[in-house]
Amino acid sequence: MEGFRTLFYKEVLRFWKVGFQTVAAPVLTSLLFLLIFSHVLERHVQVYEGVSYTSFLVPGLVMMSVLQNAFANSSSSLIQSKVTGNIVFVLLPPISYREFFAAYVLASIVRGGVVGLGVLGMTLWFVDLDWRGPLWILGFAVLGGGIMGALGVIAGIWSDKFDQLAAFQNFIIMPLTFLSGVFYSIHSLPPFWQQVSHFNPVFYLIDGFRYGFFGTSDVPPLTSLAVAAGCLAALTLFTLWLLRIGYKLRA
Amino acid sequence: MHPAIRIEGVTKRFGDLLALGGVDLEVAQGEFFGLLGPNGAGKTTLISALAGLVRPDVGRLAVMGHDVVADYRAARRLLGVVPQELVFDPFFSVREALRIQSGYFGIRDNEAWIDEILENLDLVDKAGTNMRQLSGGMKRRVLVAQALVHRPPVIVLDEPTAGVDVELRQALWAFIRRLNRDGHTIVLTTHYLEEAESLCGRIAMLKQGRIVALDTTANLLRRFSGHTLRLRLAPGTEPPESLRARLSGAVGGEQALALDNCEQIESVLADLREAGCRLVDIEIGKPDLEEVFVRVMERG
Ligand SMILES: Nc1ncnc2c1ncn2[C@@H]1O[C@H](COP(=O)(O)OP(=O)(O)OP(=O)(O)O)[C@@H](O)[C@H]1O
Ligand SMILES: [Mg+2]
Repeated sequence: MEGFRTLFYKEVLRFWKVGFQTVAAPVLTSLLFLLIFSHVLERHVQVYEGVSYTSFLVPGLVMMSVLQNAFANSSSSLIQSKVTGNIVFVLLPPISYREFFAAYVLASIVRGGVVGLGVLGMTLWFVDLDWRGPLWILGFAVLGGGIMGALGVIAGIWSDKFDQLAAFQNFIIMPLTFLSGVFYSIHSLPPFWQQVSHFNPVFYLIDGFRYGFFGTSDVPPLTSLAVAAGCLAALTLFTLWLLRIGYKLRA
Repeated sequence: MHPAIRIEGVTKRFGDLLALGGVDLEVAQGEFFGLLGPNGAGKTTLISALAGLVRPDVGRLAVMGHDVVADYRAARRLLGVVPQELVFDPFFSVREALRIQSGYFGIRDNEAWIDEILENLDLVDKAGTNMRQLSGGMKRRVLVAQALVHRPPVIVLDEPTAGVDVELRQALWAFIRRLNRDGHTIVLTTHYLEEAESLCGRIAMLKQGRIVALDTTANLLRRFSGHTLRLRLAPGTEPPESLRARLSGAVGGEQALALDNCEQIESVLADLREAGCRLVDIEIGKPDLEEVFVRVMERG
C-alpha cells in the first residue's frame, strides 16, 4: 500500500509543481472557448427549453477539461519517464502492477478534477447553473477521469517518442472529445451522425454529466452510467494485462 | 542458506543479437563480486534481468532464493541496483527523490538512514538542491543513494564510478566496503580494472554474452599472469642468445621478460652477467588484472 500511496503522491506532486502549465493554462483555454462560442452562438442556438446556450455549454467544457487533462497527466508522465529513463525508479521497486495502475489513474482523476473545478469556478462568474444532481456530476467526472487516465497509461506505455503520443492525442482523444456534444446537442445533428455519436463513449460522459446540472439529457443517465462504467472496466482489464506482461516497459 | 544471486541458463536475444548466451552464475551471500567485460558484453543486460527490467528468453534468476519473476516483490525488496545510465527525475530535490524512493519500497519514515547515506556520499549540502542543478558526478552519487534507501542485502552497482572524482571514488568505496563488512553482498561492474582488483574477492569475465572466466581474483592473477622483469641495458650491449627469445618489445630501450615465478630472476641475472651485459635499470612488474583481462579476452 505504501508503494501505491507514494507513487500516487509523486504523480500529484509532479503536476502540482508545474501548476501554471498543468492547471492554469487549461483553465484559461476553456474560458476562451466559452467566451468565443457563447458570444457567437448565444442568440442563435437554444438546445434545451429554458437553458441558455452558455449555460448548456459550461458543463460540456468542464467535462472536456476533465477528460483532456486526465489523459495528459498519465500519458505525459509516462512518456517523459520513458524518454529520460527515470522510469527505472518505479520499475525497480516492489510495486505491483495493480498499484502502478491505480496510482497513475487516480492522479489523473485528481488532475482532471482540479482543472474541471477551476473551469467551473471561473465560469460561475458568467452563468447560472442548476445543480439538479451533484452525485451524477461527481460520478461522471470520476468515471471520465478514470477512463482517460487509463487511456493515458496505455498511450504512454505504447508510445516510444513524443510525436507518437501527440498522434494518439490528435487522432483519437481530440476527435472523441470534440465530436461528443460538448458544443451542441446531438439532436441537432442529422440522423446518421446521431447514430455515429452513440458509438462514442465520450458522448455518454458529457451527456450524463450535463444531466447532473439540468436534469435533462439526450439519453437516460442510467444508460450513460452503464456505458461509462463498462468502458472503464474494459480499459482497466486491458491496461492491467499490458502492465502484467510488461509490454514495452520490461524488455 | 540461499546464495545471494543464482542465475541459471539465462539466454536473452534482442532481435538477431545474442546478448546473453546461457549464463550460469552463483554469488554467495557476503561476497564482493566483480562482473567485467568489454562494451556490449552483456553485463547491463544480465543486471537488468536480475532486476526484472529485462525478461530472459530462457533461464531463471533468483535473489536470496526468490525468483525474480514468480516472486518479484520479495526479490526486488532484497535488491538495490545502481543503473549505468545517468537518470534522474527533474521535478524533485535530492531529499525528495530519496523519500519517494523509500516510499516505493514501503518505508514511511526513513530520515535517519537517508541522512546517513547523504553523509557518506558527501551530499549533505546538496540535499535541498533540485536534481537538475547537480553536476554529473553528483547525480551519479544520488543514484547510488537511491539504490540504498531500503538497505538491500544485495547491492548491484553498474559502473558507479564513471565520472566520479578521485576523492569521492575513495569515499564511495570505503562506504561500499563497510556495507560489505556489515554483510551486504556487492556486485560491481567497472572498466577501471585496478578498482575491481583491489575490491573484488571473485570475478566473472563476460564476452559476447558468455562467461569466459570465473574465479577468485587471486587465482585469476596467478593463473593468467606472472611477474614481469623490465630491463634497460647499457647502450650498445645486446642481450645473450639464451634470453633473446623470451624478451619482448623494446619500448624506449626497455625490454620486458615474462617470469613464471620470482626465483627465475637469479638465472636471468646470471645469464646477463655471463654475456657481459651491463644493466642501467631493472624493475619487477607485479601481475595485474588488466593483463589478465586482455589475455582472457584474446583467448576466450
Ligand atoms: N534494449 C535493447 N535492445 C536491443 N539491443 C540491446 C538492448 N540492450 C542491450 N542491447 C545489446 O545487447 C548487447 C549487450 O549490451 P549490454 O548493455 O548488456 O552491454 P554491457 O556489457 O553492459 O556494455 P557496457 O560496458 O558498454 O555497458 C549490446 O550489443 C547491446 O547493443
Ligand atoms: Mg553496461
